[in-house]
Amino acid sequence: MALDSDAQRDFKIVGTRVTRPDGVDKVTGKARYGADISAPGMLHGRILRSPHAHARILSIDTTGAMALKGVKAIVTSADLSRPEDNFFADIGDNCLANEKALYDGHAVAAVAATDKATAKAALRLIKVDYEVLPHVTDVDAAMAPDAPVVHEGRADETVAEGYSQNVTSHFEFGHGDLEAGFAKADKIIERSFKTAATHQGYIEPHACLASLGADGRGELWCCTQGQFNVRTMCAELLGIQASQLRVTASEIGGGFGGKTTVFIEPVALALSRKAGKPVKITMSRDEVFRATGPTISSSMDVKIGMTSDGRITAGKANLRYQGGAYPNGTVEFGAQSAFAAYDLAAVQTLGWNVMTNRPKEAAYRAPGAPVAIYAIESVVDELCQNFGLDPLDVRIKNAARKGTLSSYGPTFNDIGLVATLEAAKAHPHYSAPLGVNQGRGLSCGFWFNFGGNTSVSLHLNSDGTIGVVEGNPDIGGSRASISMMAAEELGISYDKVRTVITDTNSIGFNDVTDGSRVTFAVGLATIKAARAAIKEMCSRVAKIWGIDEEAVIWEDGAAKPSGPNAGDFDPMTLADIAAVADNTGGPIAGHHEGNADGAGVSFGVHLVDLEVDPETGMTTVLRYTVFQDAGKAVHPDYVEGQMQGGAVQGIGWALNEEYIYGEDGRLQNPGFLDYRVPVASDLPPIETVILEIPNPGHPYGVRGVGETPIVPPLAAISNAVSRATGVRMAELPMSPPRILKATSAKV
Amino acid sequence: MKNLHISTTVNGDEKEFICGSDETLLDVLRDRLDLTGAKEGCGTGDCGACSVTLNGRLVCSCLVLGAEADGAEIETIEGMAVGDNLHVLQRVFIEKAALQCGVCTPGILVATRALLERNPDPSDTEIRYWLAGNLCRCTGYDKIVKAVQIAAAEMRSA
Amino acid sequence: MVRVKLWGSLRSLADGQEFVEADATNFKQLVDQLAEQYPALRPQIKRGVSLALDGVIYRDAWFTPISEENEIVLMPYMVGG
Repeated sequence: MALDSDAQRDFKIVGTRVTRPDGVDKVTGKARYGADISAPGMLHGRILRSPHAHARILSIDTTGAMALKGVKAIVTSADLSRPEDNFFADIGDNCLANEKALYDGHAVAAVAATDKATAKAALRLIKVDYEVLPHVTDVDAAMAPDAPVVHEGRADETVAEGYSQNVTSHFEFGHGDLEAGFAKADKIIERSFKTAATHQGYIEPHACLASLGADGRGELWCCTQGQFNVRTMCAELLGIQASQLRVTASEIGGGFGGKTTVFIEPVALALSRKAGKPVKITMSRDEVFRATGPTISSSMDVKIGMTSDGRITAGKANLRYQGGAYPNGTVEFGAQSAFAAYDLAAVQTLGWNVMTNRPKEAAYRAPGAPVAIYAIESVVDELCQNFGLDPLDVRIKNAARKGTLSSYGPTFNDIGLVATLEAAKAHPHYSAPLGVNQGRGLSCGFWFNFGGNTSVSLHLNSDGTIGVVEGNPDIGGSRASISMMAAEELGISYDKVRTVITDTNSIGFNDVTDGSRVTFAVGLATIKAARAAIKEMCSRVAKIWGIDEEAVIWEDGAAKPSGPNAGDFDPMTLADIAAVADNTGGPIAGHHEGNADGAGVSFGVHLVDLEVDPETGMTTVLRYTVFQDAGKAVHPDYVEGQMQGGAVQGIGWALNEEYIYGEDGRLQNPGFLDYRVPVASDLPPIETVILEIPNPGHPYGVRGVGETPIVPPLAAISNAVSRATGVRMAELPMSPPRILKATSAKV
Repeated sequence: MKNLHISTTVNGDEKEFICGSDETLLDVLRDRLDLTGAKEGCGTGDCGACSVTLNGRLVCSCLVLGAEADGAEIETIEGMAVGDNLHVLQRVFIEKAALQCGVCTPGILVATRALLERNPDPSDTEIRYWLAGNLCRCTGYDKIVKAVQIAAAEMRSA
Repeated sequence: MVRVKLWGSLRSLADGQEFVEADATNFKQLVDQLAEQYPALRPQIKRGVSLALDGVIYRDAWFTPISEENEIVLMPYMVGG
C-alpha cells in the first residue's frame, strides 16, 4: 500500500510520545511472562541434556526414572513425529535428539513430575548409553575434508566437491570486473577476520505451560515472538491439527530473534499428552546458553582497493559462517548486505554455511549482517587511515544512493544513507576533541526489513471506543504504535483505542514479530482495517441521512456531510454511530489480512569515542551517537529505544560477548558472569538522531527500525579501538586480553 | 529434604508458608506466595531480575534461602505502589519509556528505590554503578538513568 | 518477455547467464518458467526465492505483476530476527 499522497499531513497522534498501554502492569509486577502462570494439577518438566559435543545415542533406559514416586511421564524423540520435511525434522531433532547428540546441551529426554525436586532427581536416574564421537566446533576446521561430519548428505547443489559434508550451501553475489577494479586502486588491503558466536541475551529464559489431551486438543502458553509459528511447528511435531492447538503468547521478556522458533514447547506438549496433565517447563540460564539459538561464529577474508582520493574501486569478501548442528541460512544475508552501503563498479561476496557441533543458530536482529559489515567497514577504515582521509567523507563519496546498483543485485530507490552520513558529519560529536589513548570510530549499517503475513481486526464498541485485535507479540512498544495509528486514522484520541494481542484461534495468521515488521506491517493492516470500518460507518450514516455514500466524509472522529450541498446534518461521532448500530445493520468492524511487501531497507551510521587503557586493555566507551533513517517515527520514544538497545547489544558483541568452547567441545561460559553483556556502568548515554525519510511503501511512510542498530557498532567500536591503540584489530570480541595481546605484539 | 514452617512479612502483610530447606526466596515468592513480579533471569545472582529487599537490604532473592525470610521483612515490586497510586519511580518509568519488554523493570525499580533511600541526589555515575547488578538487554540503560534522575528530582522537591 | 537477474552462485545453474529471459507477467509465472527452462534452478526455487522489483523486495507474493519495464532481481528468501 503506497505512501499516502497527503503523508506530509499534520499527524495529530503519530509522532507524539503517548503512554504505552501495558506500562502499569509492567512497573507493578502484574504483567504475566512465560513463567508467571500455573494450572491446576500442573506437573513440572525438566530436560536431560547431552554432556557430549558429539555422540551416538545407543540407548536410553528410563525404567529407573519412571519408577520414582511422583514421576508421571518421560519422553524422548520417539514421542515426537518425524516429519519428511527437513526444516521441521531438524527442529524436532533439536528439541529431542534422535540418533545423535550433536552438541553439549542437546536435549535427549524429558521428565514430568509432581514437583521440581522430583523431576530433577528423575533426570539422574535416566541411563543414556553414549558412543562419544569426534567433534568439531571451529568453522574453518569444520570445512576441512577430514572434519568430523555432523550430518551426512545435507549439502545442496551449490557446494563444490572437495569440502567436508559439513558445508551445506554456498552463495555468491556481486557484479563487475574485479581484476580491473583492483588494478585501478592505489592501495589494496587484505585482511582476515574472526568473530565468536554471541547470544541474544534476553533476560527472560524460555518458559511454557502446555496442556494436550488425548483428543489432540491443546493449549499452550509460552513466551514467543510468534505464536502462529509455534503452532505450526508444534502441530507438525506432535502430529495434531493446527486448529486444535491454541497458542497464547505471554508478555515476552526479550527475544531479538531468539524466540522465533521452538525448543521446549513440543517437549512440554508431548509430556502433557503422555501424563494427561498440564506440564510447565522453564529453562535455566545455563540451558538457555547451551541449548537455544546463538548467532553464527565466522571466519572472513576481505580485500578492498581504494584510490588515493578515497574512491573504492573493488571489493571482495569471502565469508564462512558456522550455524551449529543443522543446516542454516544466514551467510547469504551477510553476503548480500556486506557491501550494501557502497556504490561499487566491481564487487563480489562469497559465502558458505557450515555445520558444527554447536547449538542450532537462531536469528539475532539482522541475522548474518553484523559480522560481514564489521569486516568490510574495518578494511574501509584502514584504507582511510592509510591515505589520511576523513572516514566520513570517504563514506559519503562512495555511498549508495538512489540509482546505485547494489552489491546484492537490485538498483536502489530513495534511501537514507547519505542523509545519515551528512547528519553524522554535521553533528558536534564528530568534531569533539579526543584525548590520549582515545579513538573515534564509525560504521555504516544496513538491513533489509520485511512486511509479511498480518491479520488485524478493528471493532467499534457500544460506547464509541475502539478495540484492535492483532497477533504479534509486543517486543518494543508496538501496541502503543498500533493504537496510535488506529486513533490517527479514525480521528479520535489515543485513549479511546485498546490494542490486544490474541491467540492463534482468535485471529488469522500472523508471521513472527521479527524482520522489523510490526510497526510497518501490522500498522499498515490496522490502517486498512480502520479505513474499512470508516467506509462501513459512512455507508450507514449515508442511509440515515438519506444521501449518497460519496457525500459522506470522515473527519475528526465523525461522519460529516461532504459540503453544504450534501445537506445540513450534525456530525455523527463513533459513539453516535455505535448507539444505532443494531438498527442499521449490526456490529461494526473492519479487518484486513495481507502479506505486506515494500518494507524498505534501512541504513544507519554510528559514531563512537572510546578510550583504551594500555595497561589493562580495558575499553571505556565515552560517547556514542546513533544516526538512523526511520521513515516516519510513529512513537519517537520507541524508535529511540530500538536504536539505543540495538547499539548496546552491538557494543557487547564488539567488546566482550563470546561463546567459549573447550577442547572437549563443551561451552565454558553458560552464564551471565562469564558471558559478559554490557551493564549500566559500562556505558555512557546513547544519543540518537532520527532521520525521517518516508518509506514509499507505507501510507504513513513507516520504515522498519528494530534490527539495523545492531549492525554498525561492531566496526565502529573496532575502528575506534584500532585508532586508539594504533593496532588494527581483526577479531571479535575485543576483550582486554585480546587487546593486550594485539598491542604487545606490535611493540 | 526437610520442610520448614516459615513466618514472615511481605510488603507489610503477614505470610506463612512451608518450604524445603533448599528453596530460594525467589522460588518461595513465585511458587508459594503467588508473587511473580520478581523474575528468575539467571538463578545465580548475576542479572538482578529477582531483586527484593530483606530487612531494608537490597538482595538477589535467588541467592537467599526461603528459610531466611523467617521473622524478616521483605519488600517486593508488588508493594511499591500504594493502592492505585504508583510510586514516583514507577510513574516516571512509564512516562519516560524507561522500559521496553519490562522483564528487568521490577528488579530495577526495587534497586532504584533502595538507592534513592540512601542517596536522594545521585550522579549518573552513581546510578549506573548502583544498577550494575541489574541487567537490561532492551534499552541500553539510557532512558532508565534519565528516568531515575527525573524521579529523584521530583522526590527531592516533594 | 521479462529479463531477470540471477545472483552469482545461481548463474552456473543457468548456463552461466547473469540475465535470463522468461515469458511471464507475474512472480509465480516467472519462477515456474525458470524452473521449466533451467531444471538446475529447481532446488533453490523450492527452498524459496524473493523478488526485488525496481528495488522493492517482494518476499513471496505470486501475483506481483512484472513487465519488461521493471528491473527484476531474484534474491534468496528474506528472513529477519
